[in-house]
Amino acid sequence: MSYEEKGVWAYLISSAGAYIAYLAIVVPRLLHTPVSQVSYRVPLLLTTIASVIIATVVRSVLEVARPSDSKKADVRDRDIARFGEHASRWCVVGGAIAGFIGAFDHWDYFWIGNVIYLGFVLWAVVGSVLRLVAYRRGL
Amino acid sequence: MAPSKPTRITNRIRALRFGHDEMTQAQLAERVGVTRQTIIAIEQGRYSPSLEVAFQIAHVFGVPLDEVFQYPGVSTGSEEGQRR
Repeated sequence: MSYEEKGVWAYLISSAGAYIAYLAIVVPRLLHTPVSQVSYRVPLLLTTIASVIIATVVRSVLEVARPSDSKKADVRDRDIARFGEHASRWCVVGGAIAGFIGAFDHWDYFWIGNVIYLGFVLWAVVGSVLRLVAYRRGL
Repeated sequence: MAPSKPTRITNRIRALRFGHDEMTQAQLAERVGVTRQTIIAIEQGRYSPSLEVAFQIAHVFGVPLDEVFQYPGVSTGSEEGQRR
């Protein structure tokens, strides 16, 4: 497994893990509190920051467990990264469009913020999965 | 499960490596300037290299490009030359 592929695994694990942690914090609040009063900003920011830290830690652990020959990305890494970004960009676009619709339709800020956040999470997860498939099955 | 092959391009890199003092994938990767995983992916037909990388690989072995890479159904320049 190349250094860049380890980075993709770390990014996938941290993105998905942070979002699951966010849902674990916010969903119980949503069940017992009116939407307009649900506190979601701090968990959203903290889990986003935590995902960056977790990605760095996971990548380091993978690198220690199985050291890479080289830490430089090559032409294949860049092709695969471009493919993943290109194929998953619709998740961000979808989140932004949903956010616009929410704003036009006077949704609560909670839903607007969360639908945009979901778009970013899906972009990270789908992009990572597609990149891993490309690494394993070919491009 | 056998790895899928998204490209129809075949290659003789493995045979050429063994013909050059059993050059390792890591040695070839270093000389071409890519990772060992990329050489493995090219050898297994899981990645079509860029034209530049393809020429670099051929240059390492000191052979024309079409002695390294082949496309099914298309006769190579070298084969044409041998027939004449």
